[in-house]
Amino acid sequence: MSETIIIVFLGLIAVGILLSLIRMLIGPTASDRAVAVDTITTTIVALFVILAFVFKRYIYLDVSLVYSLLAFVGLCAIARFMEGGV
Amino acid sequence: MIITGIGVFFLFLGNFGILRLPDVYNRIQAGTKCTTFGTFFTVVGIGIIEPGWFWKCLLIAVFVLVTNPISSHAIARASKKSGVPLCDRSVVDQTKEFDEKEKA
Repeated sequence: MSETIIIVFLGLIAVGILLSLIRMLIGPTASDRAVAVDTITTTIVALFVILAFVFKRYIYLDVSLVYSLLAFVGLCAIARFMEGGV
Repeated sequence: MIITGIGVFFLFLGNFGILRLPDVYNRIQAGTKCTTFGTFFTVVGIGIIEPGWFWKCLLIAVFVLVTNPISSHAIARASKKSGVPLCDRSVVDQTKEFDEKEKA
Protein backbone atom coordinates (compact mmCIF):
# COMPACT_ATOMS: atom_id res chain seq x y z
CA MET A 1 0.00 0.00 0.00
CA SER A 2 2.74 2.44 0.97
CA GLU A 3 4.77 1.52 -2.10
CA THR A 4 1.81 2.26 -4.36
CA ILE A 5 1.37 5.72 -2.84
CA ILE A 6 5.09 6.48 -3.26
CA ILE A 7 4.95 5.38 -6.91
CA VAL A 8 1.95 7.68 -7.49
CA PHE A 9 3.89 10.58 -5.92
CA LEU A 10 6.94 9.96 -8.09
CA GLY A 11 4.74 9.71 -11.19
CA LEU A 12 3.02 13.03 -10.44
CA ILE A 13 6.39 14.74 -9.96
CA ALA A 14 7.73 13.24 -13.19
CA VAL A 15 4.71 14.41 -15.20
CA GLY A 16 5.04 17.90 -13.68
CA ILE A 17 8.72 18.10 -14.61
CA LEU A 18 7.84 17.05 -18.16
CA LEU A 19 5.23 19.84 -18.39
CA SER A 20 7.76 22.44 -17.24
CA LEU A 21 10.30 20.98 -19.67
CA ILE A 22 7.87 21.57 -22.56
CA ARG A 23 7.54 25.20 -21.45
CA MET A 24 11.32 25.46 -21.23
CA LEU A 25 11.64 24.22 -24.82
CA ILE A 26 8.90 26.34 -26.44
CA GLY A 27 9.09 29.44 -24.20
CA PRO A 28 8.95 32.63 -26.29
CA THR A 29 11.40 34.73 -24.25
CA ALA A 30 14.42 34.04 -22.07
CA SER A 31 12.44 34.92 -18.93
CA ASP A 32 10.00 32.08 -19.59
CA ARG A 33 12.88 29.64 -19.72
CA ALA A 34 14.42 31.02 -16.53
CA VAL A 35 11.10 30.68 -14.69
CA ALA A 36 10.70 27.11 -15.98
CA VAL A 37 14.20 26.23 -14.76
CA ASP A 38 13.40 27.77 -11.36
CA THR A 39 10.29 25.60 -11.05
CA ILE A 40 12.10 22.46 -12.19
CA THR A 41 14.92 22.90 -9.66
CA THR A 42 12.52 23.49 -6.77
CA THR A 43 10.58 20.38 -7.80
CA ILE A 44 13.78 18.33 -7.97
CA VAL A 45 14.64 19.31 -4.37
CA ALA A 46 11.38 17.67 -3.24
CA LEU A 47 12.08 14.71 -5.54
CA PHE A 48 15.49 14.17 -3.90
CA VAL A 49 13.92 14.10 -0.44
CA ILE A 50 11.32 11.54 -1.55
CA LEU A 51 14.11 9.42 -3.12
CA ALA A 52 16.04 9.62 0.15
CA PHE A 53 12.98 8.17 1.88
CA VAL A 54 12.60 5.44 -0.77
CA PHE A 55 16.24 4.29 -0.69
CA LYS A 56 16.71 5.01 3.06
CA ARG A 57 19.85 7.05 2.36
CA TYR A 58 20.45 9.95 4.75
CA ILE A 59 23.13 11.46 2.48
CA TYR A 60 20.56 12.42 -0.20
CA LEU A 61 19.26 15.14 2.12
CA ASP A 62 22.68 16.81 1.96
CA VAL A 63 22.62 16.48 -1.81
CA SER A 64 19.21 18.16 -1.87
CA LEU A 65 20.38 21.05 0.33
CA VAL A 66 23.46 21.74 -1.80
CA TYR A 67 21.38 21.47 -4.97
CA SER A 68 18.92 24.10 -3.77
CA LEU A 69 21.81 26.40 -2.78
CA LEU A 70 23.44 26.11 -6.21
CA ALA A 71 20.10 26.66 -7.96
CA PHE A 72 19.54 29.85 -5.95
CA VAL A 73 22.97 31.25 -6.79
CA GLY A 74 22.63 30.31 -10.47
CA LEU A 75 19.21 31.90 -10.82
CA CYS A 76 20.40 35.12 -9.20
CA ALA A 77 23.29 35.18 -11.69
CA ILE A 78 20.87 34.63 -14.61
CA ALA A 79 18.62 37.43 -13.34
CA ARG A 80 21.57 39.83 -13.03
CA PHE A 81 22.62 38.92 -16.57
CA MET A 82 19.14 39.53 -18.01
CA GLU A 83 18.93 42.85 -16.19
CA GLY A 84 22.15 43.89 -17.92
CA GLY A 85 24.17 44.64 -14.81
CA VAL A 86 26.96 42.07 -15.01
CA MET B 1 1.93 10.55 4.24
CA ILE B 2 -1.15 12.75 3.77
CA ILE B 3 0.97 15.92 4.21
CA THR B 4 3.43 14.65 1.60
CA GLY B 5 0.50 13.94 -0.73
CA ILE B 6 -0.76 17.51 -0.37
CA GLY B 7 2.72 18.81 -1.18
CA VAL B 8 3.14 16.61 -4.26
CA PHE B 9 -0.28 17.65 -5.54
CA PHE B 10 0.68 21.32 -5.24
CA LEU B 11 4.00 20.68 -7.00
CA PHE B 12 2.08 19.13 -9.90
CA LEU B 13 -0.30 22.11 -10.01
CA GLY B 14 2.62 24.53 -10.08
CA ASN B 15 4.25 22.77 -13.01
CA PHE B 16 0.89 22.61 -14.81
CA GLY B 17 0.46 26.36 -14.33
CA ILE B 18 3.90 26.95 -15.82
CA LEU B 19 2.68 25.27 -19.00
CA ARG B 20 -0.82 26.79 -19.12
CA LEU B 21 -0.67 30.46 -18.11
CA PRO B 22 -0.32 33.13 -20.83
CA ASP B 23 2.34 35.49 -19.48
CA VAL B 24 5.77 35.58 -17.81
CA TYR B 25 4.45 37.27 -14.66
CA ASN B 26 1.52 34.86 -14.31
CA ARG B 27 3.94 31.98 -14.73
CA ILE B 28 6.19 33.38 -11.99
CA GLN B 29 3.16 33.55 -9.70
CA ALA B 30 2.15 29.93 -10.36
CA GLY B 31 5.66 28.54 -10.36
CA THR B 32 6.88 30.22 -7.21
CA LYS B 33 3.88 30.05 -4.91
CA CYS B 34 2.84 26.51 -5.70
CA THR B 35 6.32 25.03 -5.67
CA THR B 36 7.32 26.78 -2.44
CA PHE B 37 4.21 25.50 -0.66
CA GLY B 38 4.52 22.06 -2.25
CA THR B 39 8.19 21.62 -1.42
CA PHE B 40 7.66 22.78 2.16
CA PHE B 41 4.84 20.30 2.73
CA THR B 42 6.59 17.42 0.95
CA VAL B 43 9.83 17.79 2.89
CA VAL B 44 8.15 18.31 6.26
CA GLY B 45 5.90 15.30 5.58
CA ILE B 46 8.93 13.08 4.90
CA GLY B 47 10.46 14.43 8.11
CA ILE B 48 7.36 13.42 10.06
CA ILE B 49 7.38 9.92 8.52
CA GLU B 50 11.08 9.42 9.45
CA PRO B 51 11.43 11.11 12.88
CA GLY B 52 15.25 10.90 12.89
CA TRP B 53 15.45 13.11 9.83
CA PHE B 54 13.09 15.82 11.06
CA TRP B 55 15.54 18.63 11.78
CA LYS B 56 17.48 18.28 8.54
CA CYS B 57 14.21 18.19 6.58
CA LEU B 58 13.07 21.32 8.41
CA LEU B 59 16.39 22.98 7.48
CA ILE B 60 15.85 22.18 3.78
CA ALA B 61 12.24 23.41 3.95
CA VAL B 62 13.15 26.71 5.62
CA PHE B 63 15.98 27.23 3.13
CA VAL B 64 13.62 26.77 0.17
CA LEU B 65 11.05 28.99 1.90
CA VAL B 66 13.62 31.80 2.19
CA THR B 67 15.47 31.60 -1.13
CA ASN B 68 12.74 30.75 -3.64
CA PRO B 69 10.83 34.08 -3.39
CA ILE B 70 14.13 36.00 -3.60
CA SER B 71 15.19 34.34 -6.85
CA SER B 72 11.74 34.67 -8.43
CA HIS B 73 11.61 38.36 -7.46
CA ALA B 74 15.00 38.86 -9.09
CA ILE B 75 13.75 37.19 -12.29
CA ALA B 76 10.55 39.27 -12.31
CA ARG B 77 12.52 42.49 -11.87
CA ALA B 78 14.97 41.49 -14.62
CA SER B 79 12.23 40.59 -17.08
CA LYS B 80 10.40 43.86 -16.37
CA LYS B 81 13.58 45.84 -16.92
CA SER B 82 14.47 43.97 -20.11
CA GLY B 83 11.07 44.87 -21.56
CA VAL B 84 9.03 41.66 -21.63
CA PRO B 85 5.42 42.76 -22.37
CA LEU B 86 2.36 41.84 -20.35
CA CYS B 87 -0.32 39.68 -21.96
CA ASP B 88 -3.30 41.27 -23.75
CA ARG B 89 -5.86 40.48 -21.05
CA SER B 90 -3.95 42.25 -18.26
CA VAL B 91 -6.14 44.75 -16.42
CA VAL B 92 -3.74 46.95 -14.46
CA ASP B 93 -0.07 47.86 -14.93
CA GLN B 94 1.03 49.86 -11.93
CA THR B 95 4.63 50.26 -13.07
CA LYS B 96 3.46 52.18 -16.13
CA GLU B 97 1.28 54.43 -13.94
CA PHE B 98 4.25 54.99 -11.65
CA ASP B 99 6.50 55.94 -14.57
CA GLU B 100 3.93 58.42 -15.89
CA LYS B 101 3.57 59.95 -12.44
CA GLU B 102 7.34 60.30 -12.17
CA LYS B 103 7.49 61.92 -15.58
CA ALA B 104 4.70 64.44 -14.87
